[in-house]
Amino acid sequence: MSASAVVFYILSFFILATGLLAVTSRKIFRSAIWLLFCLTGIAGLYFWLQMEFIAAVQIVVYVGGIVVLIIFSIFLTQQSGKDLPAPVRGRAVFSALAVCAGFALTCVLLRGYAFQPLGYAAGAGAGSGGGGASVGNIGAQLLSTTEHGYVLPFEVISILLLAAMIGCIVIAIKTKPEDQ
Amino acid sequence: MSQVPLSHILMVSTALFFIGMYGLFTRRNMITMLMSVELILNSVNINFVAFSRYLYPDKLEGVFFTLFIIAIAAAEAAVAIAIIINLYRNFHSIDVEAADEMKF
Repeated sequence: MSASAVVFYILSFFILATGLLAVTSRKIFRSAIWLLFCLTGIAGLYFWLQMEFIAAVQIVVYVGGIVVLIIFSIFLTQQSGKDLPAPVRGRAVFSALAVCAGFALTCVLLRGYAFQPLGYAAGAGAGSGGGGASVGNIGAQLLSTTEHGYVLPFEVISILLLAAMIGCIVIAIKTKPEDQ
Repeated sequence: MSQVPLSHILMVSTALFFIGMYGLFTRRNMITMLMSVELILNSVNINFVAFSRYLYPDKLEGVFFTLFIIAIAAAEAAVAIAIIINLYRNFHSIDVEAADEMKF
């Protein structure tokens, strides 16, 4: 087993252990911190897969944005020292059984399937030849208007983010007492 | 990277997906349910990146899907937290069992 494989197994153990702690911890603030570690481990997995740009986006958006937002909302809505109520025993047992069955089924399916790339015309993508997932290639294809360009989804996402921002402000705004 | 077969990465992402499902089934607090949803979305992202890296290393489609999923997840988390804060203001609790006013 080479060093690269050892790094992969350590990373995946870290991700799964911290993910499991994040969904089972009884203190909500600790749960958020375990989620932070889990997302950082996933960014490490992206680094291991040599997708540096996605790893950077993962750290900036998830670790820097979403987890901070979650911690912020925990402080706004929760007494963070208080324990969460334990899950109902029957529900926990049945959901653990269902989850284990689903995982076993998916693993059997994964084991029996040989993953091979489909045949495709060589050199069909615009701006995707050569260097793979470098930042320059990603940027060029993301904003290209040719056949394999992604400029339309890019614009749609920007509209979606604007709509989400306005929607958040409208939902969370405090109404004045005379309006009620 | 080539010493690890693709199915091992897919098994890690499957395990992460089902950990998120377990959290979604057992937790009754809205913020922790949102965390479980984030875990599920991340497992999907791992799948996209692994497929793109192993099967089509000269294509960028997996990268774009991952980037768009991350952007949509950020928007979804922001809207969900706005709804949670509004719910807390009205019910003084973010337990999903407490918000049963429209339940028949």
